[in-house]
Amino acid sequence: MIHFEKRLNPSRITTVVTPIIAVILTMIAGGIMFAALGKPPLEAIRIIFWDPLFDPNFASYSRPQLLVKAGPLILIAIGLSIGFKAGIWNIGAEGQYIMGAVFGAAVALAAYPADSVLLFPAMVVSGACGGWLWAMIPAILRTKFNTNEILVSLMLVYVAESILASVAQGLLKNPEGYGFPGSRNLQQYPSAFNAEVIANSGMHWGVISAFIAVICAYVMMTRHIRGFEVRLMGEAPKAARFSGTSTTRLVVFCLGISGALAGLAGMFEVSGPSGQITIDFNSGYGFTAIIVAFLGRLHPIGILLAGLLMALTYIGGELAQLMLGLPGASIQLFQGMLLLFLLATDIFTNYRIRIGGAK
Amino acid sequence: MDFLGINPVLLIASLMVSATPILLAAIGETVVEKSGVLNLGVEGMMIVGAVVGFITAVNTENPAIGFVTAAIAGALLSTIFATLVLHLKSNQVATGLGLTLVGLGISALLGKPYEGIKSPTLQSLDIPILADIPIFGRMLFSHDAMVYVSILIVGLVWYTLKYTRAGLVLRAVGENHDAAHALGYKVIRIRFLAIMFGGACSGLGGAYISLVRVPQWTEGMTAGAGWIALAIVVFASWKPWRTLIGAYLFGGITVLQLNLQAAGVAIPVEYLSMSPFLITIAVLVIISARGNQGAPASLGRPFHASN
Repeated sequence: MIHFEKRLNPSRITTVVTPIIAVILTMIAGGIMFAALGKPPLEAIRIIFWDPLFDPNFASYSRPQLLVKAGPLILIAIGLSIGFKAGIWNIGAEGQYIMGAVFGAAVALAAYPADSVLLFPAMVVSGACGGWLWAMIPAILRTKFNTNEILVSLMLVYVAESILASVAQGLLKNPEGYGFPGSRNLQQYPSAFNAEVIANSGMHWGVISAFIAVICAYVMMTRHIRGFEVRLMGEAPKAARFSGTSTTRLVVFCLGISGALAGLAGMFEVSGPSGQITIDFNSGYGFTAIIVAFLGRLHPIGILLAGLLMALTYIGGELAQLMLGLPGASIQLFQGMLLLFLLATDIFTNYRIRIGGAK
Repeated sequence: MDFLGINPVLLIASLMVSATPILLAAIGETVVEKSGVLNLGVEGMMIVGAVVGFITAVNTENPAIGFVTAAIAGALLSTIFATLVLHLKSNQVATGLGLTLVGLGISALLGKPYEGIKSPTLQSLDIPILADIPIFGRMLFSHDAMVYVSILIVGLVWYTLKYTRAGLVLRAVGENHDAAHALGYKVIRIRFLAIMFGGACSGLGGAYISLVRVPQWTEGMTAGAGWIALAIVVFASWKPWRTLIGAYLFGGITVLQLNLQAAGVAIPVEYLSMSPFLITIAVLVIISARGNQGAPASLGRPFHASN
């Protein structure tokens, strides 16, 4: 008989090892899936995980892309991880990301064609506010009416998508765009353009913000009283209440910070790599960031590494589509499988396996 | 503006059709949550049901087989969730989300070659005598079989939960799993079966979208119906007949906004299409402001036998 025995404290070694096991298991299951699709499995895995970084033909293009894709993922996942630690489930980051982009772009488009060094900082503030406001809806409903924040934040993704479609065809539409939907391209508007800080590195302001967010989250979670309260709320909600931690304040804080960071990610995306508000501007970063947060064990450094790995699957996936004709959906499935394998191996962190009879 | 273009008989008839997928998913999830498990993978199971049902219906040219395989596919997918949550004790919220992501991936992969094909659809079933009643006959009694099957499932779930021993045990497990375990009930097995029932219902709901409501396959066609089903479970305070009311109310709103779009009302399309979600949020707020009465006490809590 195999049975599980609860550990008193989560194992430190398995905390680090299980994500690696999950990645390996995903590669194996993914390889089987690729073989079933009639593609060479080993070659597919190599193209996804190795070629974007080391292949002489592609690396010069894909290495910068790695940071471009990892930036928003890390930024959003850091915010989400704080809430997840406290047991506050914001799963509508995709909507907050959209609203951040809309708010950020709106400031730039309103100012067009003015030229000012203050414009970009104003867009940053506006983008963060957009995401923050969108996250405040579930936060207030949760604190005032005890409404489930999971469902509300998710419903608001669909609402945000409708708003995006509306502004792309109306309010923010490019007046010189010959009637096509979509805003002006901010890449051609120097004051608003989120240009690379170091040329050809992929390092734009969003990536820098992501690194700053990692450091701030690390300091907060390990050194600051607020980080302690967050962990206390997640691990021992009763103790948190007895010690006088305000649930209301914590819910507003966690949803607010994750919303603001998701909004920032959207704003940096629209003013940089994407360049314009379009109907299908959002690409699922808000949902993939949930995988990143769990893959990184809700730990800032882990999230940094997980974000880079997940960005690699995006770029490698695109490469595999090009080289092997692998369907785009198989990459999406690959990412989903990673989350499930990760959750499946989680048991080794909190439980010990005992083989033999019960004690 | 032409409100006369909206025919109340047709409105109610199409309301029942548009509510059926959500009703099926919601009644399945009610059973899952009554057993104390929160499965957020409804959307993923629905879309897998939609694609599998569509593929088998097209290949066998028989929509009934499509529905059966869709239910099996939904139940199979839900066993992944059940194994992870019950045996490997993973976090229910995260696992449910993972299931949705995986389901969306699988469906997009499987459905690619079937885009743009029309599926065989269910014939509408005129119930003898009743269907001949003026107005009401056309409104209520000449739908396809699945509309009645969904209502029948609601009735069966209500009866089972309320009047049978199996239902009582299921509710006991959902209210207090430790006590149920101490009494010798197999908590894990009961929850596993409940989750599979929920998966099968979600699969049926998804297939209803791809085989009857639209009858076509497009990627991501469930478009949030699974999440709305989850909200309806809360709206219904975990009571079977109230899920029927909730789903039909919601179906009514959906049909009305589509009719308003078609009638060319001076409200932009985007605002109309977001209205079902806004109204769902509003309803959730009203329900939760009164306190979530009826929520199973062990909902979402992990169960580990040795403690």
